[in-house]
Amino acid sequence: MAWSRDDMARRAAAELEDGFYVNLGIGIPTLVSNFIPPGITVQLQSENGMLGMGPFPFDGEEDPDLINAGKQTITELPSTSYFDSSQSFGMIRGGHIDLSILGAMQVAENGDLANWMIPGAMDLVAGVKRVIVLMEHTARGEPKLLHRCILPLTGKGVVDMVITDLGVFTIDGSGMRLTELAPGVSLDEIRQNTQASFMVTSGLV
Amino acid sequence: MDKVYPDAHAALAGLLKNGMTIMSGGFGLCGIPESLIAAIRDSGVSGLTVISNNAGIDGAGLGVLLESRQIRKMVSSYVGENKLFADLYLNGELELEFNPQGTLAERIRAGGAGIPAFFTKTGLGTLVAEGKEIRDFDGESYVMERGLVADLAIIHAWKADREGNLVYRKTARNFNPVMATAAHVTVAEVEHLVEPGVIDPDQLHTAGIFVKRLVLCPPYEKRIEQRTVRKRGS
Repeated sequence: MAWSRDDMARRAAAELEDGFYVNLGIGIPTLVSNFIPPGITVQLQSENGMLGMGPFPFDGEEDPDLINAGKQTITELPSTSYFDSSQSFGMIRGGHIDLSILGAMQVAENGDLANWMIPGAMDLVAGVKRVIVLMEHTARGEPKLLHRCILPLTGKGVVDMVITDLGVFTIDGSGMRLTELAPGVSLDEIRQNTQASFMVTSGLV
Repeated sequence: MDKVYPDAHAALAGLLKNGMTIMSGGFGLCGIPESLIAAIRDSGVSGLTVISNNAGIDGAGLGVLLESRQIRKMVSSYVGENKLFADLYLNGELELEFNPQGTLAERIRAGGAGIPAFFTKTGLGTLVAEGKEIRDFDGESYVMERGLVADLAIIHAWKADREGNLVYRKTARNFNPVMATAAHVTVAEVEHLVEPGVIDPDQLHTAGIFVKRLVLCPPYEKRIEQRTVRKRGS
């Protein structure tokens, strides 16, 4: 049985380390904040100008001046700081954010990423220390892990890890490698749904 | 010098010209200069190039200047929430220059700081880099981007004194402070106006040197694009 969206988010949350500053994209990546492991503190960055993003407000306590990059109402925490857009992207471009978890339309075996028209994504993948893509393995039955992206690129050779509903892949100079299978998912099922060439971690199957 | 004008129309009087370039602050509908946008609509000025992260939504923010066909070109990072924008663009009635959001912010910051160009990794190897100079520094390749300067910046702040010293509120800060620095004339609308000295100088975000004209914006309902809440007890 493949992973659910929550399972995928939980698996991505296992990549968090204590003290990390993290940017979570829109969609499944947003769910990662629900699964931060006990004993670990991370600060979430919202690229419209905030570090230390809190949960959604209670009904009636929404503040139009307090939104995340997805334009959703949110709240602040005791650790929150605000800054302008140039400083926000300065901390992204300058390599001060530890981890970016974002969605994608296509990822290539060399780490190329296509999630065209997701605002801020080009800056994030160019500047953040580590980039994890969290996405469904296929779109309408078509593979999203490809030899080469067909859609316009967001970044070239920028993806370090891909977590899908079927498993986990790492990407480095040597190429793409399957490192985990979701429970009940076979290597054959992965191969049938993947166009990209990939190695398989020894002992996985 | 007292920089306060009686209303938004007066604050823009003599500044608007057909074909000019205007920077407009805000992220989505958060921290947008709503009353100044309305005054630009009323002026009828046209052929505008507008530099703004978003183009508003249908009927709000810069959306009203799209409806009135006063904008010829948008320089933006994202236009996803505006259906009219997509229609005008596809019909060829509107030009779009897409910028990665951080590159847009830095282009504005650079323009305001007298820096004509800079190099960034953002967009390297993508459509964004096409036609731009690529240069290697310390073994890594970077794309050259140009600084941006506008004829006019319209911005929104939370509080100001009469000298134009500004304070923004929460994430309504966004592009407003950098835009304030990057135009020949900056006009700020503010929610609260106080006498000089009332705001602690250590707590100011924008120094008055960047602001030429000020207007107290009339009370209005700030709009929320994506109202999201959680249940009590959760």
